[in-house]
Amino acid sequence: MRLKRLRDAGRAPIALTLDGAPVSAQDGDTLLTALLAGGAGHLSPNLFAQEPRAGFCHMGACQDCWVAVDGLGRVRACATPAADGMVVRRL
Amino acid sequence: MKVAVVGAGPAGVRAVEQLVAAGLTPLWLDEAPDGGGRIYQRPPAQLSRDARRLYGFEAKRATALHATLDALKAHADWRPNTLVWHIDPHRRRLEVLSAGTQATLDFDAALLCTGAMDRVVPVPGWTRPGVTTLGAAQIALKTQGCAIGDKVVLLGTGPLLWLLAYQYLKAGARPAAVLDTTAFAHKARHAPGLLAGGAVFWKGLYYMAAVRAAGVPVYEGVRPRAITGAGDQVSGLAFETARGAARTLACDAVALGWGLKPEAQLADLAGVPFRFDADQHNWLPERDIAGRTPVPGIYLAGDGAGIGGADVAERAGARAALALLEDTGRPVPQDTVAALDAALARLAGFRTALERTFPFPADLARAVPDATLVCRCEAITAGDLRAAGGTPATGTARELNRAKAFTRLGMGRCQGRVCGPAGAEILAAALNREVAAIGRLRGQPPVKPVPLAEAAE
Ligand SMILES: Cc1cc2nc3c(=O)[nH]c(=O)nc-3n(C[C@H](O)[C@H](O)[C@H](O)COP(=O)(O)OP(=O)(O)OC[C@H]3O[C@@H](n4cnc5c(N)ncnc54)[C@H](O)[C@@H]3O)c2cc1C
Ligand code: FES
Repeated sequence: MRLKRLRDAGRAPIALTLDGAPVSAQDGDTLLTALLAGGAGHLSPNLFAQEPRAGFCHMGACQDCWVAVDGLGRVRACATPAADGMVVRRL
Repeated sequence: MKVAVVGAGPAGVRAVEQLVAAGLTPLWLDEAPDGGGRIYQRPPAQLSRDARRLYGFEAKRATALHATLDALKAHADWRPNTLVWHIDPHRRRLEVLSAGTQATLDFDAALLCTGAMDRVVPVPGWTRPGVTTLGAAQIALKTQGCAIGDKVVLLGTGPLLWLLAYQYLKAGARPAAVLDTTAFAHKARHAPGLLAGGAVFWKGLYYMAAVRAAGVPVYEGVRPRAITGAGDQVSGLAFETARGAARTLACDAVALGWGLKPEAQLADLAGVPFRFDADQHNWLPERDIAGRTPVPGIYLAGDGAGIGGADVAERAGARAALALLEDTGRPVPQDTVAALDAALARLAGFRTALERTFPFPADLARAVPDATLVCRCEAITAGDLRAAGGTPATGTARELNRAKAFTRLGMGRCQGRVCGPAGAEILAAALNREVAAIGRLRGQPPVKPVPLAEAAE
């Protein structure tokens, strides 16, 4: 999936990596927005269902948006602000 | 006296306002960074916070609530970014987690204003990236300025479906289609009951009319069949029209939802009994109109106590705080109490009419195909659940918590928040019983996953 930016899209750029690949995003993005507007397509796959996932509720409830961030550990992407230099991995 | 208020949405803000006015300094916790709750959630400061654009007709209310919230922070023990993951009503303690740090906080009385989340029905393909709840699609727009895709289909029923369609339209993300599972004739039949809602009703009609006038394709009385796609891309939505014709719409995202359900996990852990409300088609924690529960010292307000919407939440928050003050021997303004009680009674009637206008499609939930995932977390299918239920004669799991033990339904990361309502319908149908008769998934701490070391302490 790809989130489409509709407004406030001229914020300061920030750079992250996802599984080593660069992702460019904007200051004020959640990690979920940064990754899914930045072309990641999905977040961590669900290991039981063996299928990609990309968050479902965007309000911290469904737990379908987990990723690992260096220094923070496992986080919900929808409830975590993205920051410049973040090193993110799919679980 | 130490009062803990959980939640800083409309209910929590108006509760804290009353407590502070009575001279108390409540402990006030919210998992979110900035309060506001769901309807009035604010974007991060880097984005524009123009209230008119974000909240439309609700801009004035939103601005007023934010002003009160921000002014109250200094008068309370305000703890943003703090998850309350357990409540012990006997020792009167909250277990909280903030920035990775665990703490135990004491209280004498607690007011839980924990809000709601979308209620969903699984549709084949619903776990694919590109499919979100209606609420999620709104949060993406409101707080991140994003649409969930380029060609977005909105599916479900209820006021949020039409509000979201209108909001996407206004934001320049014209929906590819709006699919309402409630037939037009059904809504029209129930409309007279909605007149009691006054402005809320007229706004709802306005949203529906605006979406149609803009030429957005609208289908009512539909049955969704499948969300198609491959990998992490949605490609379409297959459905049946009201007349039974098979149709497919091309799209790259689907937002779905069928009303809301309370986030009542803390009330559950606090020992508040629940009852099944037939109109809301939800299990609700028991409380009186003022928010008092059967558990001493525990009060509830807002959508976490039963879906009522933001206007109800504001009043219920104030009312529950006044009940708490009254119960602890403090004088409360009786005219305010009477006015709140009258307003809450009136709005409850409107809510009942609304629920009847946009009913939960239990038949859709009961008909989820065997191969479709019901529990997203643990990958449990409708077929797994039916097998656990056995047959009405030989049934092994006669009750939802037994089925939970057999299948792990509701034991995953989200604790049954997402699968609970549909899972209950599927099991009830397999057992040929009423959904109210098979019980509800009981909650367990932590209410949301926390690092293991913290929970073990
Ligand atoms: C995604 C979504 C979008 C919605 N959009 C609209 C809308 O546009 N218009 C409308 O009229 N209604 C909307 N609603 C309905 C909404 O429930 C009510 O309008 C209103 O927000 C309810 O107010 P409240 O104070 O009861 O709860 P909320 O506004 O939901 O506030 C609850 C607060 O409690 C906090 N909280 C919950 N549990 C915990 C915990 N364990 N620990 C710490 N903090 C916790 C949450 O972070 C949240 O800030 C929406 C609902 C959802 C779920
Ligand atoms: S998307 Fe549901 S918890 Fe993040």
